[in-house]
Amino acid sequence: MAEIMYWEALLRAQDEEMARDPMVICMGEDIGVAGGTYKATKGLFEKYGEKRVMDTPISEGGFTGLGIGASFLGVRPVIEIMSVNFAWLAMDQMFNSAAKVRYMSGGQLSAPCVFRSAGGAAHQLGAQHSARMEKVFMGIAGLRVVTPSNPKQAYGLLKSAIRSNDPVFINEHELMYNMKGEVPDSEYLHPLEGSEIARTGSDVTLFGYNISVHWCLKAAEILQTQHGISAEVIDLYCLSPLDRAGIRKSVSKTHRAVIAEEDEAPVGVGSEIIAIINEECFFELDAAPVRVHSAFVPQPYNHTLEAAAIPDHDDVIRAVLKLFGKA
Amino acid sequence: MTLDDKKRVLQEMVLHRRFEERCYQAYIERKIGGFLHLYPGQEACCNGVMEAARPGHDYVITGYRDHIHAIKCGSDPKVVMAELYGKATGSSKGRGGSMHIFDAAHRFMGGYALVGGPFPLAAGMAKAIQMQGGDEISICFLGDAANNQGVFHETMNMAKLWNLPVLFVCENNLYGIGTSLDRSTAVVDQYKRVCAYGVEAAQCDGQDIDVVYEHAKVAVDHVRSGKGPYFLELMTYRYRGHSMSDSRGYRSREEEDHWKLRDPINILRDKLIAAGKLTMDEFQQLERNTDAYIETEVIAFAESSPEPDVSELEHYVLA
Repeated sequence: MAEIMYWEALLRAQDEEMARDPMVICMGEDIGVAGGTYKATKGLFEKYGEKRVMDTPISEGGFTGLGIGASFLGVRPVIEIMSVNFAWLAMDQMFNSAAKVRYMSGGQLSAPCVFRSAGGAAHQLGAQHSARMEKVFMGIAGLRVVTPSNPKQAYGLLKSAIRSNDPVFINEHELMYNMKGEVPDSEYLHPLEGSEIARTGSDVTLFGYNISVHWCLKAAEILQTQHGISAEVIDLYCLSPLDRAGIRKSVSKTHRAVIAEEDEAPVGVGSEIIAIINEECFFELDAAPVRVHSAFVPQPYNHTLEAAAIPDHDDVIRAVLKLFGKA
Repeated sequence: MTLDDKKRVLQEMVLHRRFEERCYQAYIERKIGGFLHLYPGQEACCNGVMEAARPGHDYVITGYRDHIHAIKCGSDPKVVMAELYGKATGSSKGRGGSMHIFDAAHRFMGGYALVGGPFPLAAGMAKAIQMQGGDEISICFLGDAANNQGVFHETMNMAKLWNLPVLFVCENNLYGIGTSLDRSTAVVDQYKRVCAYGVEAAQCDGQDIDVVYEHAKVAVDHVRSGKGPYFLELMTYRYRGHSMSDSRGYRSREEEDHWKLRDPINILRDKLIAAGKLTMDEFQQLERNTDAYIETEVIAFAESSPEPDVSELEHYVLA
C-alpha cells in the first residue's frame, strides 16, 4: 500500500477510469494544458488528448450543462468546478437538469456525471472564494453527495462515482490536496453510501466529514490522554443519502454526540444530523447534541478574523468538555 | 418534399392542432393540471425542420411547449395525453406532466421548464455524438426569449469552439411570456445575435412549411456534414397565450387576426388543393376523422388509464 497525496489519488482514479472506458472524459477550467489548479488532472491532456480532457471557457453554467447533456447519451464526464463558490453558476444545470431528469422522465434518462469541486476556507481567500456549500447539495433529491476525508476515499469514491448511473457531487477541500495517506495498490472502489468509524470510543460520538474528520481525530486523542474521555469518531464521507443506521448505532452506544462542520450552522450538516438523532434514537441520549461550526458571516479576509470564524479541534474539545460538565 | 409527403405532413399538422385544442378543453375540465403551453400557430416550425431531419434518429430537445415535438419524433399521442392526465401509462409515468414529456426510445430527450436550460444540454448531446462517431445530429427547439439567458451565449461559444453537430431552432413567436421581443431584447433579429460567435445562421418565415423545409434542409445538411453548429430563426406566432393562465392582454386582437391569415395548416391545405392533391371535402373529413381518433383512442386511453401507485412515489429518484 503506497502513501500518496490526495491530488495524486484523484489523478490516479481519473487516469484508471479513462483508460478503462473511452466514454469517460474530464472537463473544466485549466484542467488540460495547465494540468489543473490542484493537479488532479495533471498529465491527462498529454495522454488522452483535447477531445477527452477539455479545457473549458470560464462558463460554469454552460460547460456543466454540456457535460450533463453528454451524459444523457452515455458519456461519463468528470466536471471540475475550480472552486465551489463558482458552482452557484452551475447549480441550475446540476439541480434542474442532472438531479431531476431521471425522475421527471419516469426513469427513461439518467445523468451519470461527476461534479468535483474544492470548497472550504483556505488562506485569506475572502468571502467569494471560501464558501462551504455541501449543505446546499445534500438537500437536492436525485443527487448523490460524497466528501472524501483522505486519499484512499478520494481515490475510491471518485472511481465509484464515475461508474455510478446517478449524478454525484464530490466535495473536496482546498487545504487537503497535499494531504498524504495510504491508498491500496490494487484497484479499489469505495461504497458511495454509508459512513466509517475513524476511531472507536465509548463516551461520546464526534461526527465529522472531509476536513472536520481530522479535527475530530485530533480532539479525540487529546480528550483521551488529557481528560480520560473516550470519543468515537464517525466519518460521514457520504452526505446524501446520510447513513441513518450508522448514526443511530454509534449514538446508541455512546449516548452523546458532537457534530463538527466547517459550514455555518443554519440549515447545515449539523442540523440534519441532530434531526436524524432525534428521529432515530432520542431516548438513547444522555445530553443534548452539540454542533461545532463556523460563524454566520461571509468569510472575512483578515487572518485573525478568518481564524475566529472557522472552528478547529479546540472547539470540538470545548464542546465535549461542556457536554460532560467540565467546562 | 413530394406532394405525398406534404399530404402526410398536413395530416400530422391537423393532428397536432386538434390534439392541442383537445388539451385546452381537458384543462378547462380540470383533467389536466399544472401549467399547459400550447402549440397552435407554430406547427410548420417543428414539422418543417423535422421533415428535413430524421425523426427518431436525430436527438431532439426543447422547452416546455413540447407535446408536438415529442409526437413528431414518434411518440404515441395516447402516451403523451396520458402523461398530461398524470397517469401511470404516461410517458413519464405521471411524474413529468405537460412541461416534461420524454421519449428516449424515439430520441426525444425531453421538455425542460427553465427558459434556455436545454441550450447546453443540446450541445452536450452533440459532444456525445461527436465522440461516438454517429451520423445523428442534436436539435434544440427553443423560443426567442431563451436567447436572453446567459447559457445561450455560453453555449453558442462552446458549440462553435468545438465544432459540435447541433442545430438550434429558434421559434420566434414574438413574445417572452407576456413581454414583446422589442421590449425585452436590444437586437430583435435573433439570427444576428449568433454572428458574434461565428455560428452560421439564417432567418425565414415559420408559417409556410415549404419555406421552413428549404431552410431547414440547408441547416440540417450543414450540421450533419460536420461543418459545426447552425442557428435557424423561424418567424411564427402562437395563437393562444403563453400558458393557460395568460389572457393575452399584452397584444391586440388585430395582431392576432393578422397572423391567423397566415395559418400554417391553411397555407399547406390551399397549396395541396391548388395542386389537385386534396379537396376541401377531404380536408374537412380529415379534421373529423382526427377528432374522432383523438376522442376514441387518445382521450379514452388517458381517461381509462390507472393513476400512479403512491407506493412508488420514490421510484426513479436514484438509479
